[in-house]
Amino acid sequence: MTAKEQLVAFFTIVNKEFTRFLRIWQQTILPPVITTFLYFVIFGNLIGPRIGLMDGFDYIDFIVPGIILMQVITSSYANVVSSFFGAKFQNSIEEILVSPTPNYVILLGYMMGGVARGIIVGLIVTVVSLLFSDLKIHNPGVLMSVVILTSVLFSLGGFTNAVFAKSFDDVSIVPTFVLTPLTYLGGIFYSINLLPNFWQNISMGNPILYMINAFRFGFLGISDISLWISYLIVLIFIITLFTINLSLLHRGYGIRT
Amino acid sequence: MTPALEIISLTKIYKNGTHALKGIDLQVKEGDFFALLGPNGAGKSTVIGILCSLINKTSGVVRINNIDIEKDFQVAKSFLGVVPQEFNFNVFETPWQILINQAGYYGIPKELAKQRAEKYLSQMGLWSKRDERTRELSGGMKRRLMIARSLVHEPRVLILDEPTAGVDIEIRHSMWAFLKQINAEGTTIILTTHYLEEAENLCRNIAIIDQGYLVENTSMRTLLRQVPMEIFVLDLEHPIDQAPLDLNIKMTLVDNYTLEVELPETQNINYLYKELSNRGIYVRSMRNKSNRLEQRFMTLVDQKNYT
Repeated sequence: MTAKEQLVAFFTIVNKEFTRFLRIWQQTILPPVITTFLYFVIFGNLIGPRIGLMDGFDYIDFIVPGIILMQVITSSYANVVSSFFGAKFQNSIEEILVSPTPNYVILLGYMMGGVARGIIVGLIVTVVSLLFSDLKIHNPGVLMSVVILTSVLFSLGGFTNAVFAKSFDDVSIVPTFVLTPLTYLGGIFYSINLLPNFWQNISMGNPILYMINAFRFGFLGISDISLWISYLIVLIFIITLFTINLSLLHRGYGIRT
Repeated sequence: MTPALEIISLTKIYKNGTHALKGIDLQVKEGDFFALLGPNGAGKSTVIGILCSLINKTSGVVRINNIDIEKDFQVAKSFLGVVPQEFNFNVFETPWQILINQAGYYGIPKELAKQRAEKYLSQMGLWSKRDERTRELSGGMKRRLMIARSLVHEPRVLILDEPTAGVDIEIRHSMWAFLKQINAEGTTIILTTHYLEEAENLCRNIAIIDQGYLVENTSMRTLLRQVPMEIFVLDLEHPIDQAPLDLNIKMTLVDNYTLEVELPETQNINYLYKELSNRGIYVRSMRNKSNRLEQRFMTLVDQKNYT
């Protein structure tokens, strides 16, 4: 395939993914909006004023970046894991596998589908947050780069999950038992400075902590962790997952006999 | 002439130890209409899976239009179109989306993809269904959709794995006509089917696989000549009580109006008619009891002592 043909194949996959998640917007776009709304009402409006300031900011302003990023993470991940596993389940993945589309184009196509959904959900949730908080943007470049890199990372994570998954149960195990706990313990609702030293050190092993702090820096200009360490950690995860996924595709793990 | 397909010493051992292919050698000429037959579990679908890279081979060489699928899989795949046995499309998509996407996976630009999608959906009688969800289509329509999808990149070699399974006679005949037409236009076709009449009608050359071995690979004409005996069923004009015993031909009276005759391949059928007429037995109509290919097929796969 020439570079031009590969580009056509790539945009075909992206377009197919885009069409898919927009077609089922009630399942893909609406739920994160409702969940976010509830978070803001409960933690922001009802409980937030009783908590007071967090790192010098109103509690609702402190939690907004984390809640937005949480939805970006879950949407990107869910898009790729459900779409790729669904294609495996229906055998429609064979449509691509019998074609000359190279493996890296397949991977990039599905990844971009996840990134697109992550960014769209992130934008809508940000608009919802404006109803509750006077959002100020400290550094738009950091905000955009963190959202894109985070959605790339979790799209790739969703792809790995989908390749290994053999049933619909396997698709939900990782989000339920790994992703959600890591997200909640990643400093969405609190600063890790509140934790005892031991738990602070444990928290440093949580990659989501770095992303949330970098994203919060983009809004508020504060972070518990150096921005550059955050970027470095995210990039290391992206490169690792991309390499693993490509290797799985080359070996045909879970998709070829 | 470069063969459209060349398979050399192809073996496949699955992880569970099943030895599905035990050294298959096969060539399909360019422009051929080729039947790949065998009983269930013989290894046909494994061969097809390897050709379209859904199954990894254990050893051997596969070349499509002289391109080794291992060395340059992208080019080799671009020559191939595959119609699998099972439905393998997204049931929430429409026929139009499925064809446009499939064209995209082959790098075909959107405008050309639209033209091709319209052409093949129309030829398959699915144009009016182009915007319906595929799960709402009938079984025959789904089969035709898979054929349309496999043609959208205009492959040089088309592999059809039981394309007419579960399809009614009318649609089956229209599919046959269409396949003959694209074969006449130059597309090499490799067909697996359990309808041996279909293979006999369509294919010029044939290979039979059984238990992972290639047990026959010849032209259809040569294979049919190997059938030593044909059984004809004769419908008689007037009832008879007993089959003629003085003819050196085995005959069985099924009922007063039906006579079964086992005629050796060397025996002239006119001789039979003449002798029956001489005895006052007139034949109203005649048919084969079983398809000739079916007879030969059963003989070959019944041997089961391949080494």
